[in-house]
Amino acid sequence: MNAPFFKFGLFGDDVSLIAAFVIGIGFGFFLERAGFGSAKKLCAQFYFTDLAVFKVMFTAIITAMVGLFWLSWLGFVDLSLVYVTPTYIVPQVVGGLILGVGFVVGGYCPGTSCVAAATGKLDAFVYLGGIIVGIFVFGELFPILSAFYESTPMGVVTIPQYFGISYGLVVFLVVLMAIGGFAGGAWVEKKFASTVKES
Amino acid sequence: MSSAEKTLTLDDAAVHKKAHVAREAQPYWNPYVAGLGLGLVLLSSFVIMGRGLGASGAFSSLVAATVNTVAPSHAASNTFYAEYIGDGTRNPLKDWLVFEVLGAIAGGFISGLLAGRVKKTVEKGPRISVGKRFAFAFSGGIIMGFGAKLARGCTSGQALTGGALLGLGSWAFMLAVFGGAYAVAYFVRRQWT
Repeated sequence: MNAPFFKFGLFGDDVSLIAAFVIGIGFGFFLERAGFGSAKKLCAQFYFTDLAVFKVMFTAIITAMVGLFWLSWLGFVDLSLVYVTPTYIVPQVVGGLILGVGFVVGGYCPGTSCVAAATGKLDAFVYLGGIIVGIFVFGELFPILSAFYESTPMGVVTIPQYFGISYGLVVFLVVLMAIGGFAGGAWVEKKFASTVKES
Repeated sequence: MSSAEKTLTLDDAAVHKKAHVAREAQPYWNPYVAGLGLGLVLLSSFVIMGRGLGASGAFSSLVAATVNTVAPSHAASNTFYAEYIGDGTRNPLKDWLVFEVLGAIAGGFISGLLAGRVKKTVEKGPRISVGKRFAFAFSGGIIMGFGAKLARGCTSGQALTGGALLGLGSWAFMLAVFGGAYAVAYFVRRQWT
């Protein structure tokens, strides 16, 4: 059998929408289980009191990354058929900085705000209204912004390709880094928990 | 008489137990367990679809579809909207990410319901009013929507999905997100503590 199934024509567009809904259920379920329907829990990351955002995100990243690497190594998944967003380095970094500000000011990111709204957080509904306005503003300004948006194109490029090192080695290094981050995170949480108590 | 009394007591206990369950939310899962689950969902999306997860794209489709309904010629002349509207042969809302986000809302609701966490509330610290929290949420949403479009994706599509696929721009984006958030966290701390 060959994967990705959709790319090998195992099912069509209409079935892909059902797959989207089912995959989405899993996505929302685990976000809520992690506590990401709560802005207080999410934003604790930025005050070092609860690093759940980092822990959940990097556990998910290394799980999917290692899984995909093995499945590709076994010849089950054709990695070249998995869509990778092309890199436009400067707009991506600037967009990321802006998005980070929006995260800590608003309390959520788009995916988590859906889960928060679904569990009754009224501020998440307000936040979602803000997202709609923000995208509309971006859309209306697009004729002015498009030159910057299209600047510094680097094509579809991965870290192993860019630095000329093997995919497997980068996978290994990311896992090591994440484990180091988890250990460091536990230490940071302890340190900041005690300062909060003292103050 | 005594049997009727007994039934009443049992019913009473059942009602009490139910109310108790509804009132007390279960604790969240261990972050590593939730992360493993999330990673397996992402992996299954790679294997089944050949693409990862996303969120902000669904809202772009919604905005583009709305603009297209209100002012079709205006939408068609704008390449940002036009990309989401397509060639007009299909509804822009019949989109993969729109269905995925609808699923995420359902999944979040199911999880919250099972854990007794579905409750009408406002997420904020004790030192800020509801009105001010709403103002922050709305402005933060605007900033987020704008930033996500400039970056070609949000925390789900870029950081999580692009991170697992080792995309160069996605990793640069991820570092920038943490950088931006940590840079301003101090100034909005009154929202949470």
